[in-house]
Amino acid sequence: MRYAPTAFVLTGVTTLGGCSEGVLDPKGPIASAERLLMINSTAIMLVVVLPVILATLGFAWWYRSSNSRASRSLSDDYEGRVEFVIWSIPALIVILLGGVIWIGSHQLDPRAPIPSNADALRVEVIALDWKWLFIYPDQGIAAVNELVIPAGTPVSFRITSATVMNSFFIPQLGSQIYAMGGMETHLNLLADAPGEYPGFSAMFSGDGFSDMRFIAKAVSAAEFEAWIKAVRGAGSALDAAGYAALAKPSTAVPPATYKSVETNLFQHIIDQTTSGAGQTGTGATCCRPVQQAGG
Amino acid sequence: MLGRLTWAAIPFNEPIPLLTGAVVVLVIVAVLALVTVKGWWPYLWREWLTSVDHKRIGVMYMALGLVMLLRGFADAIMMRTQQAIAIGDAQGYLPPDHYDQIFSAHGVIMIFFTAMPLVIGLMNVVVPLQLGVRDVAFPQLNSVSFWLTASGALLINISLVIGNFARTTWWNYPPLSELAYSPDVGVDYYLWSLQISGIGTLLTGVNFVTTILKLRAPGMTYFRMPIFCWTALATNMMIVAAFPILTATFAMLLLDRYLGMHFFTNEAGGNPMMYVNLFWAWGHPEVYILILPAFGVFSEVVATFSGKGLFSYRSMVLATLGICVLSFMVWLHHFFTMGAGANVNAFFGIMSSIIAVPTGVKVFNWLFTMYRGRIVFTTAILYAVGFMVTFVIGGLTGVLLAVPPVDFVLHNSAFLVAHFHNVIIGGVVFGVLAGYNYWFPKVFGFTLDERLGKASFWCWLVGFYLAFTPLYVLGLMGMTRRLQHIADPSWRPWLLVAELGAVVIFCGILCQVAQLYVSIRTRERRRDLTGDPWNGRTLEWATSSPPPAYNFATLPRVQSVDAFWDMKRRGVSPIGTAYESIEMPRNSSVGFILAFFAVVIGFALIWHIWWMAILGLLAAVITAMAFGWSDEREREIPAAEIAKLERARLDRRQPA
Repeated sequence: MRYAPTAFVLTGVTTLGGCSEGVLDPKGPIASAERLLMINSTAIMLVVVLPVILATLGFAWWYRSSNSRASRSLSDDYEGRVEFVIWSIPALIVILLGGVIWIGSHQLDPRAPIPSNADALRVEVIALDWKWLFIYPDQGIAAVNELVIPAGTPVSFRITSATVMNSFFIPQLGSQIYAMGGMETHLNLLADAPGEYPGFSAMFSGDGFSDMRFIAKAVSAAEFEAWIKAVRGAGSALDAAGYAALAKPSTAVPPATYKSVETNLFQHIIDQTTSGAGQTGTGATCCRPVQQAGG
Repeated sequence: MLGRLTWAAIPFNEPIPLLTGAVVVLVIVAVLALVTVKGWWPYLWREWLTSVDHKRIGVMYMALGLVMLLRGFADAIMMRTQQAIAIGDAQGYLPPDHYDQIFSAHGVIMIFFTAMPLVIGLMNVVVPLQLGVRDVAFPQLNSVSFWLTASGALLINISLVIGNFARTTWWNYPPLSELAYSPDVGVDYYLWSLQISGIGTLLTGVNFVTTILKLRAPGMTYFRMPIFCWTALATNMMIVAAFPILTATFAMLLLDRYLGMHFFTNEAGGNPMMYVNLFWAWGHPEVYILILPAFGVFSEVVATFSGKGLFSYRSMVLATLGICVLSFMVWLHHFFTMGAGANVNAFFGIMSSIIAVPTGVKVFNWLFTMYRGRIVFTTAILYAVGFMVTFVIGGLTGVLLAVPPVDFVLHNSAFLVAHFHNVIIGGVVFGVLAGYNYWFPKVFGFTLDERLGKASFWCWLVGFYLAFTPLYVLGLMGMTRRLQHIADPSWRPWLLVAELGAVVIFCGILCQVAQLYVSIRTRERRRDLTGDPWNGRTLEWATSSPPPAYNFATLPRVQSVDAFWDMKRRGVSPIGTAYESIEMPRNSSVGFILAFFAVVIGFALIWHIWWMAILGLLAAVITAMAFGWSDEREREIPAAEIAKLERARLDRRQPA
């Protein structure tokens, strides 16, 4: 028991050093800021937590009944000043953390655009059973389970789901946001350097959930242009029929691209989801305006 | 005739559930046969099944919780094994539709049918004794509560053999749990079993709030109540406030599924986000419903085995009530990633971290109680010390998750799984096991074996760290929860260590079982003849072990906190000799019968067997009405008989 916390801290430290991916190996400003926040918050709390752990073990050991050297005082007098201190210590820590939380939440609001000289690339993300559809509205192309983005350029995601809830997450780039049917959520990310970063759904969505993975490829601007060109030159078009086929549940779908995509498909999917069209088991016909998620 | 129920509901083609189901059915049949052959039915019926004695009901709650712990743990070790082998291209031995049922069942069983019965069981056993009274406010209702909880547990286990369980996680979020995506009976098993047991839990809440507010020994003002009673009061107030939210939420989902309504569907104006909000408006208080009684146990255990009063009683009370209120204001931290604005997220983040203040105060209180004390290392206090160390780590990771931007990268990760197991195992389970070791002699009249108890503690502690430290690491490496197979082979070593941890915890459970067995075998030489084996401070130790049905022949007069300690110091006998006749509640079979019909109704509704549901409902209503009209609910024990019983009790008893 006495070695467990030490082991805990040690494993933590070794992982911090030797990790090759995940949230401790950020590749963009959002993820970096979030890691920093994580480390800072942990450090603030360890100021109290470590002494408490040591004191617990120390007191338990020293005041064991068989220790004849321990001085004891078994009367139960209250000590008002000590009471004040034990309320103050966690309160001070929480005041400090509260500031960190307030500032961090505003600076790292997923909806806030990332300041940059380059214009943000717009990508529309649709969670399907069980794959990700990425639409590049300005380029007029789409891809399944493959996200290619230019490094150094902010990417502005609009996210929805044509089915159940999912969560769109690329750990090394930072924040995740839910994908929800009939609603759109927003997320802004940026990759600092070219590389391949695993992404996946972080919200259980049914049988094919474990394979709802994709690679986010950050490439240079030139490579990105080349990729667009290559996508436009090959493959099929994502029209209404193509989408209907794609939307059918399927598992472990290999990456694929579409040379063109129906305009406003993202909006059509939201409309379709809220109206219940294309879904089995319900006869709903009514429509409603798209909901903005959150408050 | 039988609705959706056909032979196809029995999983003949799936060996794992079929085999498990067969074994469970065999064990149940064997137990029933044994009881019949030995002729134990009359005894069981009279002394247990129809008992309204809070101590008996508490024991039955604990027994239910421990049995369900085994079931939930079986799920856990199956999951760990699956994740330890299904790495890379391997798919493991559990296909997704089975694996998804297992983690859903694990969560539901551990929260609703293990932790809740264990915690409520402890409160049942201890609260009336600590308050110095004879029973809870509504003894028959208490029996109904227990049996409804047991009905829910039974329904969930029926799903193992007939049909299937939900594949929708223990949150059961729509739209995944809606008819469109989960048309089979799994979600209905989930909903009906939790609706039935939820009513039981709500009634428990009403019962205990009333008991603590209205029934206390003479002189026991609020600020002389033992801390465990304060935490029980807070917990039950939270039950009364929170469980109706859950019931209403599930009712709306049931309306969606049974009557085609659209509360939480994607379409027709439904909104799944509402379910998520409502679920956690119950779900976060639920966390504290479980942990507060554990805090109460630790308060009693640390004070008793340090040989001194709890440091700063009033801070402890204030902190408990503070947590009780704050716990209703933090639910949104379960879904910072839903896309709310920065102000909303920041508010809930700060509220969540504020809960760390009263919790921190509690830790300091226990710490200063040990300071300059005389600590006797029994199994119970080992759990308390193990808890204090483990829980502050869980608290740290919890506050970390309350920082919204940090949650953006750790939400739903293995880190989160590690965090809440850290506080639930390190907090609730350790608390319940400490309480079990501490109060067992009070209930059964003999102490538990310390050696096996300590062995069990070390297995639980080491097993916990082995099982969940790797999950913290994996969460940071980007592993999300509920994966049926794992793509990244570099995670294998961590997953193997986690599997090892689960095995070590299993050893702890085995030690627990062995401890009970050995203690029963050697009970004659471990009798607690004093009624006060630990030199206790509160009133439950003032009566004999086990206490008579009426607990106290005369109600003790309380003059301070730690009433019994005070009496011992002043040399006053807690129980007088001026006996008067005592009115005690009669046994009642209403709980058992109602619960039987509740199972019938639940099963019928799950399988759409409408005639059976209507008959079951009618029968339940008639049972309740028949009970309502009967007016012989009390029996009187004459003073002379009490005098005789007390004499016999005092003869057995040795001076403390």
